[in-house]
Amino acid sequence: MAEENVIAVRGLTKSFAGVKALDGIDLEIRAGEIHCLAGENGSGKSTLIKIISGVYQPDSGTIEMGGRVHHKLTPIEAIGNGVQVIYQDFSVFPNLTVMENLALTTELADKRRLVNWRRFRKIAEEAVSKINFKVDLDAVVGDLSVADKQLVAISRALMSDTKLIIMDEPTTALTNKEVEALFRVILDLQSRGIAIMFVSHKLGEVFEISERFTILRNGKQVITTVPDELNEKKFAEYMTGRDFEETAFTGDDSIGEPVLEASGLTLGNAFSDVSFTLHKGEILGITGLLGSGRTELALSLFGVFPAESGTIRVGGEQVRINSIADAIGHGIAYVPEDRLTEGLALERSIGDNIIISEIDRLSGPLNLADKRKQREAVDRWVSELKIATRNPNNPVNTLSGGNQQRVVLAKWLATEPDVLILNGPTVGVDIGSKAEIHRILTELAAAGMGIIVISDDIGELKQTCGRVLLLKEGRIDGEVDPRTQTEEELSDMITGGPLEVGTN
Amino acid sequence: MTTTTTPDKQGIGTRFLSLARTDAHVTRLVVILLALLVMFAAIRPGNFANSYTWISMAVSFPEFGLMALGVMVCMVTGGIDLSVVGIANLSSIIAAMVMLALAPGGSGTAIGAAIAIALVVGALAGILNGILVAVVKIPAILATLGTLELFIGISIVLTAGSPISGLPPEYSALMAARLGGVLPMQFVVFLVAVALVALIMGRTTFGTKIYMLGTNATSAKFSGLNSVSLLIRTYLFSGILSAMAGLVMLANYNSAKADYGVVYTLLTVLIVVLGGVNPNGGSGRLIGVVLAIVILQILSSGLNLFPEISNFYRDLIWGGVLLLVIATSEITARNPFKRKQKEVS
Amino acid sequence: MKPFLQKLLRSNEFYLLLVILVVAAVIEVRSGQFFTANNIVNLANAMVVPGLFAVGTYMVLVSGGIDVSFPALASLAVYAVTSALVDNSWAGGLWLPFLLVVALGAILGAFNGAFAARLAVPTLIITLGTANVFKGIMQGALGSVQIPTLPPSMAEFGRANLFVATNPTSGLTSSMPVSFLLLVAVVAVAFFVMRYTMFGRGVYAIGGDEVSAVRAGFKVRRIKFWLYVMAGVIAAIAGLVRTSMMGQMHPTNLLGMEIMVIAAVVLGGTAITGGTGSLTGVMLGTLLIVMVQNSMILIGVPTYWQRVALGVLIIVGTGISAVQLTRRRKRNRIVAA
Repeated sequence: MAEENVIAVRGLTKSFAGVKALDGIDLEIRAGEIHCLAGENGSGKSTLIKIISGVYQPDSGTIEMGGRVHHKLTPIEAIGNGVQVIYQDFSVFPNLTVMENLALTTELADKRRLVNWRRFRKIAEEAVSKINFKVDLDAVVGDLSVADKQLVAISRALMSDTKLIIMDEPTTALTNKEVEALFRVILDLQSRGIAIMFVSHKLGEVFEISERFTILRNGKQVITTVPDELNEKKFAEYMTGRDFEETAFTGDDSIGEPVLEASGLTLGNAFSDVSFTLHKGEILGITGLLGSGRTELALSLFGVFPAESGTIRVGGEQVRINSIADAIGHGIAYVPEDRLTEGLALERSIGDNIIISEIDRLSGPLNLADKRKQREAVDRWVSELKIATRNPNNPVNTLSGGNQQRVVLAKWLATEPDVLILNGPTVGVDIGSKAEIHRILTELAAAGMGIIVISDDIGELKQTCGRVLLLKEGRIDGEVDPRTQTEEELSDMITGGPLEVGTN
Repeated sequence: MTTTTTPDKQGIGTRFLSLARTDAHVTRLVVILLALLVMFAAIRPGNFANSYTWISMAVSFPEFGLMALGVMVCMVTGGIDLSVVGIANLSSIIAAMVMLALAPGGSGTAIGAAIAIALVVGALAGILNGILVAVVKIPAILATLGTLELFIGISIVLTAGSPISGLPPEYSALMAARLGGVLPMQFVVFLVAVALVALIMGRTTFGTKIYMLGTNATSAKFSGLNSVSLLIRTYLFSGILSAMAGLVMLANYNSAKADYGVVYTLLTVLIVVLGGVNPNGGSGRLIGVVLAIVILQILSSGLNLFPEISNFYRDLIWGGVLLLVIATSEITARNPFKRKQKEVS
Repeated sequence: MKPFLQKLLRSNEFYLLLVILVVAAVIEVRSGQFFTANNIVNLANAMVVPGLFAVGTYMVLVSGGIDVSFPALASLAVYAVTSALVDNSWAGGLWLPFLLVVALGAILGAFNGAFAARLAVPTLIITLGTANVFKGIMQGALGSVQIPTLPPSMAEFGRANLFVATNPTSGLTSSMPVSFLLLVAVVAVAFFVMRYTMFGRGVYAIGGDEVSAVRAGFKVRRIKFWLYVMAGVIAAIAGLVRTSMMGQMHPTNLLGMEIMVIAAVVLGGTAITGGTGSLTGVMLGTLLIVMVQNSMILIGVPTYWQRVALGVLIIVGTGISAVQLTRRRKRNRIVAA
């Protein structure tokens, strides 16, 4: 048994400042196994990876690998035992060439002091050939696509005698075609006896390829199981510890007048000839692969990248939206995709983050802030969106992901928009908050707001939208009523067919 | 401290105490200041008790204090203003030239006009900085390094490198006035500036916005803030504060020259960092910066009382204090840093 | 050949060279004195000290840091060594002052490095602090004064020439100092270090993404520490050259030079955000600044316009690259502010 495992951790415990981040974790990964480590944000996934890769030392427990029992590891020992981690940001050097990115790690591991550029090239060629990756070795990595950067990272991870590759949220930034390609690479690695550990907080993306799941919650191991024992509902329960009801869209179809009409919107190579109408009280879904133009379309409606041609009507009147200020002025609000970098100033207070877009209306003469009005507005939104905080003067980064997303939502609701555009409204949000956010959206629509939800989360589209537009290569490829389709059918519509991973 | 009061009803003292409790850095500065005062009183009780000591301090520190306030507002946005000395000298030179051109013998209007023009020059210089940083998008450190050279260069060209003196006596008389018979004019100017900064940073929407901008420029943009206008106004404000410093220097030296106070470039940055402003932007309190200004002035005046110690030790002490502060604040910041890493999980 | 041409047209160095040629042509047309043997030698002469400083500054900038302490560092190192040698009437060879200056430069650089490697504080702030400390030690603790006569070996080194160039028309002569070879040597060593050692690639890697560098196995702290040691050594050598060439130790002579040197390096295409930059660019940037400074007299502009010119040069140079960057981001639709 023991020889079969590439790694086995027993009774792993780790605390930070008295808070248990990990509590008695037992985990075995066999050679050639594809294992998924799942858990919500803050469940201890990252801490576990960091212990396995030697970044953190455990307080107690052991790590067995390479036939030895370790009480702690250094990063070098972990790598020496064949453990490689591919982080979400891929840890590449954007300023260096593909060749250097690939060769540096090996050369460092070999304790080289001098650079032999010819050897660099040889190492790099060998690395990309392992996964049949076609790329210009002299290209600067910063200029590559996300998928290519990931392949650079995978090639690099394979350079040493790798036994286990840990991949942190590997599919989030990829298009489905790229995911297919990635899975093919992974199955190939598996056939060579290399174990893969996915780290994920979504079930869908790695479900079909994972052989076993380990789910963490609040630092504790909830279960280790096989996919046959799992479904969305159980998965959600294990992740949150709550009985979770999957609700289907219940909003009624009684929608009002058009509130936003786009016709013939075109922007360079991002999207072209996009026309649609959003009505009052409607939640309109827009979906498509990453790179289908869905994000660019949203940013264009919000004035970040103004469309080059086409017209936009708000409330029946034709308007020009050339800047974010224009968009806000016309009652358009946008909840961005990346909450942490685009949505919030993490170190500023919850209150300031809520009122910032609205602040000019909460001021007296000479731009003097009206603290009382501000306070009232903040209190109102904190209670209305049930933001879990005792003191809105605390920085936003004291909140959980779900509550942070409510702050972003509050910021925009405070501007009293007619049109609310949400890009991936529940990405990185725990399942409990997700349901709450969906409930809020449904209520807002019922109160007459026009809402656009941009998402590739099919469950989400099914639960919230009455109508979904399909975006493909920058053009609208169809419109569906998600209530009439199964999740599989919807997924196939987006990708243009079922995923074909196959074994070779 | 047995009863809990609502924030609105707290007195100044309680509020200060609660501030000191929430902001370890301010506490540290207060402790340093008190220690300095105690040392000063113990070693040189005569000077300590002499009001002249304090008045001469109050005359000189507004020079760099005003500039430091300018650097602070820029640093809150995540930028920096290294050109403050250049702006101060340029505006004081132009003020001096205006005075001499209009009425060498002195007249109220001429002096008023000179002061107004100096402030306008400071504002224009600040706008140039703001445009370079916000529109051209040059990193603030390089942009203001360039304009520092430019402003000093223009000052040299205007004066051919020599000092402008022989100012109308009314100007020095104006600045030598003592408010209430005690407070030197320079100090009053500084107080006005502090009040202005406190008002703008703490009580206006502009202040909230630039703290937001400094914390996360991208989210500020997505929140609909106009970063170009905010930054230009920030650097403009810094320019005006620098021009005020120039007017103080003009009075203190009774002349204007292109290279007065060149050491202040580093000193002001030092003060602002010492005062607890995050060089990456987004945080920093006025009270911390004011405390740092006062500490540095007392430190350097204290040194003057020891003729056997070279003046040049000031550099050593300033540099040492700066390194000490960043080194120790780093240590206390280590734990939150680690916890933050964990939160990413 | 086509990719080479494309690469050339995209390179910052190519455009810098064009600018230099244009400036040279303008000066030549106005004065007829630019392409004279003695003027070229003068430029080479004037490039030595800023060029040396620029090499160290470039290395630090590539790592994503910035060093404003090098003039103070160089002054302190050279002042301490010179005054010690003069006090002991050292009459021996140049090797001793050279070794001492290098050693002291390394120690002071290590002081910078210790802070820069340990703290996450911007290195601008750190080196502002150390610059004050260095200056304070020199002027306070050592009570610096001008030293009118140098140890003979240093003075001799300062006077030593490779050759003398004479302007055929004016009869003015200029001599090529031996220290120019030192610049060439330092540039060559720096080129080798940055291009052909893992240390040098580590400096680039850190400048590109520090977290990735740690994960890749670079000993980031060690690299940063030794980087500042190297920068300290180079700065100290530059200080020694300047002092020798002046024939006397003027303690504050170098102070304030950091602005010009950083300007030269940034004009040469080294990104202030780290990760990119080349020595070719650095030398061209230095040449451009030295040219502008030295040639103002040639075209009849009073010298007190020098700082205006330097300021404009910095603003225009950094402005162009900033605008290019903004355009590229717009083209790639990068949303970050």
